[in-house]
Amino acid sequence: MTVTPSYLGGVRRLRDWLLTRDHKRIAILYLVSITVFFFVGALAIALVRLELFTPEGDVLTAETYNKAFSVHGILMVWFFLIPSIPATLGNFLIPLMIGARDLAFPRLNLLSWYIYTLGGAFTLYALLAGGVDTGWTFYTPYSTFFSNSHVFAAAAGVFVVGFSSILTGLNIVVTVHTLRTRGMHWFRLPLFVWALYATSAILLLATPVLAMTLVLMASERLFGVGIFDPALGGDPLLFQHLFWFYSHPAVYIMILPAMGVASEVITCFSRNPIFGYRMMAYAILAIALIGFMVWGHHMFTSGQSMYAGMVFSLLSFLVAIPSAIKVFNWTATLYRGEIHFDAPMIYALGFVGLFLIGGLTGLFLAALALDVHLTDTYFVISHFHYIMVGGSVMAYIGGIHFWWPKITGRRYPEFWARFAALLMFFGFNLTFFPQYILGYLGMPRRVHEYAPEFSVLNVLSSAGASLLAVAYILPLFYLGWSLRKGRRATANPWNATGLEWRTSSPPPPLNFAEQLPEVSEGPYAYDPDPQRGHL
Amino acid sequence: MKGWNWFPAGASHWAGGYDTLFFFMLALSGIAAVAVITTAVGFMFRYHHRRRVHRLGTASFQRILEYSWIGIPLLLFIVVFLWAANLYADLFFPPAGAMPVYITGKQWMWKIQHANGRREYDELHVPAGRPVVLVLTSEDVIHSLSLPALRIKRDVVPGRYTKIWFQADRPGSYHLFCAEYCGASHARMTGRLVVLPPDRFAAWLGEGEIPSLARAGEALFRQHGCSGCHGANASVRAPPLEGVFGKPVALSDGTTVVADERYIRDSILLPRKEVVGGYEPIMPSFRGQLSEAEIFKLIAYVKSLGEVPTP
Amino acid sequence: MKDPTPTTRIRNVATSESEVRDPLRRQEHAAALGMWLFLATETLFVGALFAAYLLVRITHPQGFILGSRETDIVLGTLNTAVLLTSSLTMALAVDRQRVDMTRAASRWLMITAVLGLIFLGIKGLEYTLDWRHGLVPGLHFEPVGGQARGMELFFFLYFMMTGVHALHLFLGIGLVGAFAAMLQRGRLGAGNPAPIENLGLYWHFVDVVWIFLFPLLYLVHRT
Repeated sequence: MTVTPSYLGGVRRLRDWLLTRDHKRIAILYLVSITVFFFVGALAIALVRLELFTPEGDVLTAETYNKAFSVHGILMVWFFLIPSIPATLGNFLIPLMIGARDLAFPRLNLLSWYIYTLGGAFTLYALLAGGVDTGWTFYTPYSTFFSNSHVFAAAAGVFVVGFSSILTGLNIVVTVHTLRTRGMHWFRLPLFVWALYATSAILLLATPVLAMTLVLMASERLFGVGIFDPALGGDPLLFQHLFWFYSHPAVYIMILPAMGVASEVITCFSRNPIFGYRMMAYAILAIALIGFMVWGHHMFTSGQSMYAGMVFSLLSFLVAIPSAIKVFNWTATLYRGEIHFDAPMIYALGFVGLFLIGGLTGLFLAALALDVHLTDTYFVISHFHYIMVGGSVMAYIGGIHFWWPKITGRRYPEFWARFAALLMFFGFNLTFFPQYILGYLGMPRRVHEYAPEFSVLNVLSSAGASLLAVAYILPLFYLGWSLRKGRRATANPWNATGLEWRTSSPPPPLNFAEQLPEVSEGPYAYDPDPQRGHL
Repeated sequence: MKGWNWFPAGASHWAGGYDTLFFFMLALSGIAAVAVITTAVGFMFRYHHRRRVHRLGTASFQRILEYSWIGIPLLLFIVVFLWAANLYADLFFPPAGAMPVYITGKQWMWKIQHANGRREYDELHVPAGRPVVLVLTSEDVIHSLSLPALRIKRDVVPGRYTKIWFQADRPGSYHLFCAEYCGASHARMTGRLVVLPPDRFAAWLGEGEIPSLARAGEALFRQHGCSGCHGANASVRAPPLEGVFGKPVALSDGTTVVADERYIRDSILLPRKEVVGGYEPIMPSFRGQLSEAEIFKLIAYVKSLGEVPTP
Repeated sequence: MKDPTPTTRIRNVATSESEVRDPLRRQEHAAALGMWLFLATETLFVGALFAAYLLVRITHPQGFILGSRETDIVLGTLNTAVLLTSSLTMALAVDRQRVDMTRAASRWLMITAVLGLIFLGIKGLEYTLDWRHGLVPGLHFEPVGGQARGMELFFFLYFMMTGVHALHLFLGIGLVGAFAAMLQRGRLGAGNPAPIENLGLYWHFVDVVWIFLFPLLYLVHRT
């Protein structure tokens, strides 16, 4: 039996990893980096939830608490969620899925990881030098004239890491346009590729606005002159408009790739093609497009014009339609399938359920009058964590499990994986569902002490967080274990469609042996079970 | 559990309307969530790979399904949007005769001034059954005044006035929070909203010998030399202020603005910004010479020049 | 679950066509698409500044008029002419390279770089004069009075926008110089038009941004 060379194998020198141009190795570099930042951000919020166990501010000082939630937001948004699926699974899988040997610009790909690392260094410096306490949103004039923390270093870190996002997005768009193999027409692409394509469009067009906004904010802080401070004739709402013009599309950067993963996993473990493939693809594009037009829904109580609020509210409702389509279509994909509950499927189904709840609560916030009471409360916190954590993070981890055999050539232990998935689902709901109620009751955000009547719900939430912590740490152990002791994987252990499963696990350095594959059919062509009868 | 209330009743009519919409949305979302989850879980069990079930063919009614699960949500969303937008718009139009209260947020306290001059800190006393309009500004960073019992909040922004009105109907003592992160003691920038029956409120308001806001404003008007130009025997030609408040003003660039609180404040701090038609732009700026509280007093004074002066 | 027997739906093709589908053309297409996408990100980058300019100008119209009057219209117009000419010389360079006249292309590129440097020189002169006149916000800003805030905001945006522009121009000059050197040494011949075309795209973009900046900064109510 010939041993297919693996992209992992052979060379063990560090420089072969740090100077690699192989998209698969770069994906691993990202995987390690974002995992590190995830746990730093998670540690920060562990401190927060510990503090919130009791109504009094007795664990941390207010200043430390404020730095903890700020660092949590900054690291999780920019150093974990935004790169998570695109730069790890996207980098690894897109060339494989479209039948190419690498991305269009391999060296830019490596550069993007170095830029990410540089940005991370700035931000870690800000953290170690004393932290930043503006919140991840850097609102002016607090960030420009009142905060005594390391705003500049943190903003510099975010500014730099933005260019990493831009380069990743550029690479993906050009790759999908120019490197599809013969027969891989646009409407034969897996939905994961569609999702990452749309995500990359947002990365390209939204991130530069954030970059400029940070430059303007930093200049105002450094030179004492600027356009955001009313004492100097400026307007703090201008900052909010510019910031949210990026940051709203940013949340679609965080959710679209997760939707792509869900489509791949649900079809495989239902043994069914996706219900309504074209609709799903169009829905992805619609979410990306309309997502650029709703930023003002973060400003319904800020002093924005009432009429502007109405436009943004209507558009916010409209952007929910394509998301709803996707949820219905995933459900319909299960119909007359053969459902298998492997760990990736548990993650994917959990994703759909939690995304559904998070999305429904988004409608509350889109409704102008309802938002007045709910904004800036724990209701909003719960809403976006349902989407970003219950949604994106679960899908990300599910994707890691699904493609783990392909990436590493090993099988993980299924029992522990299912256990962790279920623990995560349960722990997540315990952590965040009480926060909806806290928000309705009026508990504001970003407070290290609170009124005693909010106590019970906070205790439930903190308890859930400890379960979540276990659920996140578990995979480190059993996935790590599998690298040495896991069963070796075949090329296609899940019997999935998709070109990535047509090559060995792990793939050879140039992805496919000899010739590139050719495609003559659409995706998700799952074989019907003989029991089903013939079509 | 003492003090733990799942659904604290709203303390105003608007809050009641809010809760109606909220619970409608909750019901709708609940039904949708239950429907989808039940269907999905149902499929998961029925079509589990170990079950021998009829799996022949794909859904032929695909188009109808797709259109209906676009069309029905869209219809529902539009209904909710219109309902919520209408309720929201209500907050922007205080009824005439609403009692003004001037609130300044600063790190980390709320300074509240009633029209008759009575001041309070971190506590907002209002009469039940009367519309109250809050005029809000900040001295430093952005804060947000949150009154959960009334289901309202409004950001408090430096350099501009924001407004919100309400009519509290149920006497009681309620939470008052700061809802926009504003630095170290943001969590401690809390207080009480105290709704008193009208007679007790009148009594409370009358306590303490404090000159009305307008009277204090009149004193400032003289102290800072405003009457030198805007007064009766002024040697310099300046726009008269009697009756100006609330009326349209024709500016030198041809546009017209309404002389509201913002206009008065900007005229004091940025006099070149909106020059009245037919006058020279010679008014000096008073930035740095007046605090926000003093500006509120001057505004109250100018207001009083157009109406029967209120004590 | 066992592996299914391979179906005929997805197959490895024996012919070499699918892989070697004119890789050079594909690379050129990829490079051009990449450059256009990069320019799209640049548009959004400066777009944020233009949005800020728009909002601040609406709230400080007088300050912007007075501020714009303090800019040196002679130097600004001269710079505009210089930069437009440099776009012409860049286009000529691209054209010469296409027909394999690499020496000529290199010379046109060098002229382009020189024009770019002249632009930066004039800009530096303007900045120096602005410093002398006390028009640098935050560091040395002298105007006082009612419109001073508006003027300061105008000059803040002026330095931001022209500064970001100058930085991009500087990078462009560097690349132009590098390309000129490569062409002199006989590389980047006619068979490989893509790099210089993409460089041209970048240069023209920097020029177009200036064409928007010039009236917004120099010509406010100056007609």
